[in-house]
Amino acid sequence: MKRTLIAGLISASMATGAMAAESVEVLHWWTAGGEAAALGVLKKDLESQGVSWNDMPVAGGGGEAAMTALRARVTSSNPPSAVQALGFDITDWAKQGVVADLNALASKEGWDKVVPKALQNFSKFEGKWIAAPVNVHSTNWVWANKAVLEKAGVTTMPTSWDGFIAALDKVQKAGFIGLAHGGQAWQDATLFDGVVLATGGVDFYNKAFVQKDEAALKSPTMKKSFDRMAQLRSYVDKDFSNRDWNLASAMVIEGKAGFQIMGDWAKGEFLNAKKVPGKDFMCFRVPGTQGMVSFNSDQFLMFKVGAASQGAQMKLAKAIMNPNFQSAFNVVKGSVPARTDVSNAAFDDCGKKGMADLAEANAKGTLVGSMAHGHAVPASIKNGFYDVITQHFNGTMTSAGATMAMAEAVQ
Amino acid sequence: MKNRWLPALVLSPSIIMVGICVYGFIAFTFYLSFTASTILPTMTLATESNYERLFSLRNFFLSVKNLGVFSVLYIVISMLLGMFLAILIDQRIRAESLFRSIFLYPMALSFIVTGTAWKWLLDPSIGFERTMRLMGFENFVFDWIKDGEMAIYTVVIAAVWQTSGFVMALFLAGLRGIDGEVLNAARVDGAKNWRIYWRVIIPQLGPSFISSFVILAHMAIKSYDLVIALTGGGPGRATWLPSVFMYQYTFTRNEMAVGAASAVVMLIGIAIVVIPYVRREMRLNKGVQP
Amino acid sequence: MSTTPVMSLKPRGIKWDRVALYAVLLLLAFMFLMPIYVMLINSIKPLAEIRGGNLVSFPLEPTLEPWLQAWSLAQIGVEATGLKPYFANSFLMVIPAVLISTALGALNGYVLTQFKVKGGTLIFGLVLFSVFIPFQIVLIPMARLLGELGIAGSVKGLILVHTIYGIGFGTLFFRNFYAAFPQELVKSARMDGAGFFVLFWRLMLPASLPIVVVNIIWQFTNIWNDFLFGASFSDYTSYPLTVALNNLVSSSTGVKEYNVHFAGAFIAALPTLVVYIVSGKYFVRGLMAGSVKG
Repeated sequence: MKRTLIAGLISASMATGAMAAESVEVLHWWTAGGEAAALGVLKKDLESQGVSWNDMPVAGGGGEAAMTALRARVTSSNPPSAVQALGFDITDWAKQGVVADLNALASKEGWDKVVPKALQNFSKFEGKWIAAPVNVHSTNWVWANKAVLEKAGVTTMPTSWDGFIAALDKVQKAGFIGLAHGGQAWQDATLFDGVVLATGGVDFYNKAFVQKDEAALKSPTMKKSFDRMAQLRSYVDKDFSNRDWNLASAMVIEGKAGFQIMGDWAKGEFLNAKKVPGKDFMCFRVPGTQGMVSFNSDQFLMFKVGAASQGAQMKLAKAIMNPNFQSAFNVVKGSVPARTDVSNAAFDDCGKKGMADLAEANAKGTLVGSMAHGHAVPASIKNGFYDVITQHFNGTMTSAGATMAMAEAVQ
Repeated sequence: MKNRWLPALVLSPSIIMVGICVYGFIAFTFYLSFTASTILPTMTLATESNYERLFSLRNFFLSVKNLGVFSVLYIVISMLLGMFLAILIDQRIRAESLFRSIFLYPMALSFIVTGTAWKWLLDPSIGFERTMRLMGFENFVFDWIKDGEMAIYTVVIAAVWQTSGFVMALFLAGLRGIDGEVLNAARVDGAKNWRIYWRVIIPQLGPSFISSFVILAHMAIKSYDLVIALTGGGPGRATWLPSVFMYQYTFTRNEMAVGAASAVVMLIGIAIVVIPYVRREMRLNKGVQP
Repeated sequence: MSTTPVMSLKPRGIKWDRVALYAVLLLLAFMFLMPIYVMLINSIKPLAEIRGGNLVSFPLEPTLEPWLQAWSLAQIGVEATGLKPYFANSFLMVIPAVLISTALGALNGYVLTQFKVKGGTLIFGLVLFSVFIPFQIVLIPMARLLGELGIAGSVKGLILVHTIYGIGFGTLFFRNFYAAFPQELVKSARMDGAGFFVLFWRLMLPASLPIVVVNIIWQFTNIWNDFLFGASFSDYTSYPLTVALNNLVSSSTGVKEYNVHFAGAFIAALPTLVVYIVSGKYFVRGLMAGSVKG
């Protein structure tokens, strides 16, 4: 009798203990590699504050499966506390009125002053903070294998488009693959980000991709961009279709290919393979785009949850914005911090360059949202653009036809 | 009288659940296809016709065309292969259960596993092509999966591999159920082996053909996971099927109303193809009632 | 003259036909086994060998490390737990769903064939047609329904969903089976006074083992391998093995450890493979007795 009473008391106290501990449920797709490790750091940080991390990972396709699961969760009135989300998806969810208000925390921590304005367009909705940005990635980068380039006779990194084509030619003639690429729609579109920036500059980019101006979309500048994509196509190997981006990076790392145009998450692959920037691999902006940055930012969007979970949610948001976490996470991920006041001491040379480029673009107004990654137009139009770009890249559309199709895609 | 309401009562949970969760949802989807739904359902009606938009989309026609090519090849090849396997296995061979298991096991695997395994096998840089080249066939080429024109056939290959064992089982059951008398009579009449098959046996396999058609059609419609795992819908949009289209527009492109419209069109198509079978089964049901 | 066995269509005398028969069978078996052989053989190779070599070669340094990784060490999300913890969720979901939908299918088949029900034929037609509904249509409304019922994100919710969508095939299988059931037995049982449940429980169900096996195999496979519902209607406490496997295999970041992926795919497929192999004989028997008499 006594034993059951004690057992009962113990389990009762454990139960109340469990209810008192806070928890956050986080839906994301960082299921492997450095990102998962970095999230693990965040998890430990929260646990030391008494908040347990309930992980809900759904991998695949840059978040496609996760976003589908999210719809079901929100519809069933059981949203996770925080969800990894990008660009206009955040805005679309905010419009549904199901997201939390982080203003109290944001003003206390002074987020408005340290987060670049271009990012705030997504982190805030109707003046209220709704998401905590984890990083700033940029898509107009080129990654090159130094040894391959030297063997091909390329000694300086190209800074103009023609110089780039010449370099690709040299690499190809030396027996290597010129451009390592994976033929998935989003990768084709990532190339397109850089090509359009290089061909038309920031003003054209904004007109076409952000303002969806029909004249810009139908213009000769757009056609020239497609022509340049066709040029790039001739430097790609025959098996590029549906290749994963990290396998394309591996081609450069292993010395099979000379260049890859990819966002700076590719840097993580090089670092994992123990390559050193400047010595083994080079990082430079897509020729013609130095001084411009097309960005995308992973943010943790906070959903409206019950009062009991809100405290934990705030702790998560605060932990994400903590400068130490921003430094630690981004050193691993290849991106740069979402706060402009984080020291660049821990970052490698490419990371330092990235942070400097971001600060410069933020100041000059040349920081633009990446169309390919949902930071210029909403999902439906973005995917419409994808259709055109990928069909053109795969040869089923002419440059002229593609240009017309781009204008149609925004209707 | 107990007998009056008990049978109906026993059926009622299923009627209610299927009624709501299948037909209710279909009605809901039908309504959605006229709304302005984007990321989540909304009840407000759309100002422009979603069906008009649907039929103006190149993606949609590509998906339907691919479904036509894919399903015809998939169903016909699976049935022929399944029947062929069943006939072989039926020849009183040794180790019948072993062979049967070998042909049947792919059905146990999930589409994700099948798609991933075949993606590997068909990838020129690590699969068949490379292996054959390493074995000395320097000019061997098998890069269908990377070719916009041929990629849909790779989906057929993987899908046939997955389900022809099941079709085999259906035909095997059909073969074993054939009346021995008729066979004996034919043999006594001196008919040759293959003639017996062609004239006597295969015509009696009607029910097996029909059952396997239903199973295969059902698989063809639902093959979202397989396509995504195998080709990702690519190269470009070359292997899009209506299931991929529906998923993309509903969930990824935040155009739920267009996705709903495509679902309605799909359902009508499915109904046209499948209703004859359903009606046949229903007619049989009439004969069965006590 | 001795009667030749019913299905012996062996041509008399010529042995070459047998040789050809076995040759074709072996060739086909080889082709069917190829993908799984490739997966198996590469799941015990170190990663360097996979990259460097070809996919059919034997491992020079076979290792079980990838299997260990897939089972308990691989990264599935923030945690590096491998697939092990998620087996429980899948079993907790699959077993009740299979049992309940089999029971419902059996009862439905029983009622539809042994009793006059108003509109019974139409009901059967509608239930049958319901198997063709594409699951994407179902996702959002079902999420709403589960939310209203308060079971969203739980194993209970998953069980309910899979049960509902298993009713169609279950009813089809059992109804065809019971339609061929010898009516004399039913009549004499009724004359002996057997009521509704006694007739089902004592006479029909015990004779249904083959079709029960068919239904169990079919439902088990479909529910065990489902991904869409598993990812959408679960939360961190209840997500099944397919979601974990997907996280292992489709991760968009990190080095692709193919050997671990294949080992993981195998581990995830083991229960269904076991079910298939163990019940293979009953499977064919069940199909025979049930769906194909026409």
